Amino acid sequence: MSLPAPAPPPATALPPGASPVVACDGLTVRYGSHLALSDVSVAFPPGAIGLLGPNGAGKSTLIKAVLGLVRPDAGRVSVLGLDVAGDPLGVRARIGYMPEHDAHIPGMTAVSFVAYCGELAGLPGASAMQRAHEVLFYVGLGEARYRTVDTYSTGMKQRIKLAQALVHDPDLLLLDEPTNGLDPRGRDDMLRLIADLAQRKGINLVLSSHLLPDVETTCQHVVVMHQGAVAAAGPIADLLGQRGRLYEIRVKGDTARFAMALRAEGVECHDTDEATWRVVVPLAADAPAAHDAGVPWLCAIAAREGVQVRHVRASMHSLEDVFARVVGGER
Amino acid sequence: MPVHDQGYQRYSGHRLGPGRAWQVITRTGVQSLVARRAFLGLLLLSWTPFLAGTVQVYLSSSFEQAAFLSPNNQTYWDFLERQGSFAFLITVWVGAGLIADDRRANALALYLSKPLTVTEYIVGKLAILLLLLGAVIWAPAMALLLVQSAFAGSLEFIRTHASLVPAITLYSLVAMALSSLTMLALSSLSSSSRFVGIMYAGVIFFTQAVTRVLASATGLPIWNHLSPIGALDRVGQTIFGLDGAGQPGLLPALAVVLGLTLASVAILRWRVRGIEVVA
Repeated sequence: MSLPAPAPPPATALPPGASPVVACDGLTVRYGSHLALSDVSVAFPPGAIGLLGPNGAGKSTLIKAVLGLVRPDAGRVSVLGLDVAGDPLGVRARIGYMPEHDAHIPGMTAVSFVAYCGELAGLPGASAMQRAHEVLFYVGLGEARYRTVDTYSTGMKQRIKLAQALVHDPDLLLLDEPTNGLDPRGRDDMLRLIADLAQRKGINLVLSSHLLPDVETTCQHVVVMHQGAVAAAGPIADLLGQRGRLYEIRVKGDTARFAMALRAEGVECHDTDEATWRVVVPLAADAPAAHDAGVPWLCAIAAREGVQVRHVRASMHSLEDVFARVVGGER
Repeated sequence: MPVHDQGYQRYSGHRLGPGRAWQVITRTGVQSLVARRAFLGLLLLSWTPFLAGTVQVYLSSSFEQAAFLSPNNQTYWDFLERQGSFAFLITVWVGAGLIADDRRANALALYLSKPLTVTEYIVGKLAILLLLLGAVIWAPAMALLLVQSAFAGSLEFIRTHASLVPAITLYSLVAMALSSLTMLALSSLSSSSRFVGIMYAGVIFFTQAVTRVLASATGLPIWNHLSPIGALDRVGQTIFGLDGAGQPGLLPALAVVLGLTLASVAILRWRVRGIEVVA
């Protein structure tokens, strides 16, 4: 059970004065009768931006539109100041794309594969080969660079996808689920690489993922898509803050009635997979004064509604809360 | 601070403009095939008819008793027909996996996220097959022509058979383009190169068998020209001036060649896309 999504905030993640890396203006894309993107207007600021949304939200279509691989039915997309419809090849020359699924050229060694991708992206042969060696060492595949990619493990294949996206030194990286299939250590390594690229190497990146902690640890901004539209956008700190006090509470009894009572008091609440409710008690000036009482106040409502409180504690806001608030329970 | 940062470095060197990616695809594809010994062996084997032709040319130009072996238009047409078997093997070996392997490994998403168009990708793949078929069909025929002139010590034969160079070139182009486009289109329909090879062999041999049966059953020889191989033979005979006056079947054969070419192009445009669309 969850609250209906509130009215969407302005669809911009752009701080004042910053030039957008990606700007969509009234972007609409249809596949036959299916509306994949509906009048999307959003600006991606420089840095690391998380692209979130449940399956079918329009994330992949937005990436395809940025790459110039789908023709919008309306609106326009510009990347690094270049109009995608007018100069798709120029745009792609400045983008590195790491697809979600396993992708490689069969039969090639890693270094040949990455150099080949560099040449396809416009690097001269010798430079492409030199860069291939460099980026393979950077992503941790230096010792395995003469092995054919077909023999690589899942984690190595993820790394080589990152290497081929980096070889031509793009100004914008599009990373589609980069930690898919990785073990915890591999995932940490990949996130470290992504954070290093964004924070120390000055490469803008868009990280599309359904793993919210990945986005939270690597990105400063997020764009949340839902049903083909932008449901929320902005700095993560802004989206997390100013929402009120967050509590985790588990009760026994008529939970639906308890939730209704909380909502009647102006409290946001949504359940989690562990049968625990996360409730946000607003801090707004016009909120009832009793809200400041926090835990005792929640316990008082529970007592009034005849449910037992089994567990209650203050919690920290996370992207999970933002996600749940704007897209409901979908994933 | 490290003495030398071995981490990621920005690139500030020269970049080539768009429009060259197809050359990279072709060059890399040809290099990877020629690097395989078995494939190189097949290429060399496909030149054995050239060696036999060289012996024939040598005998006819050196010994009067062997003058009956002197080459003419028919000789070169027969030579090109013999090369057809090698062309078939090369087409299956090289062409079956050209797009099918990329589909299997999701490589299309990588290719088309780079600064190259769908047309460039298709042209790059097509050129791999065209080049290697050219090395099996056109190059040995032209080499035989040069050898003949060398043994004769003059260009007299080429002068008296002025149509031979354009005929060899035109027929080779038609045969190479038809085989390459048909195979590439079939390759785009599957992610299994083995299946594509079987499909291609099926299309070639099955249609030929069916049209032959229909020709004998109906008594209409025009059926013979409606399979890809039959149509190509009929067009080739006209190009080499061997079809005689009024022999029927050229227009249907041309229609088959043209139809197959257009259908292949349409299939390629339909099947080669950047990323699968998920509704």
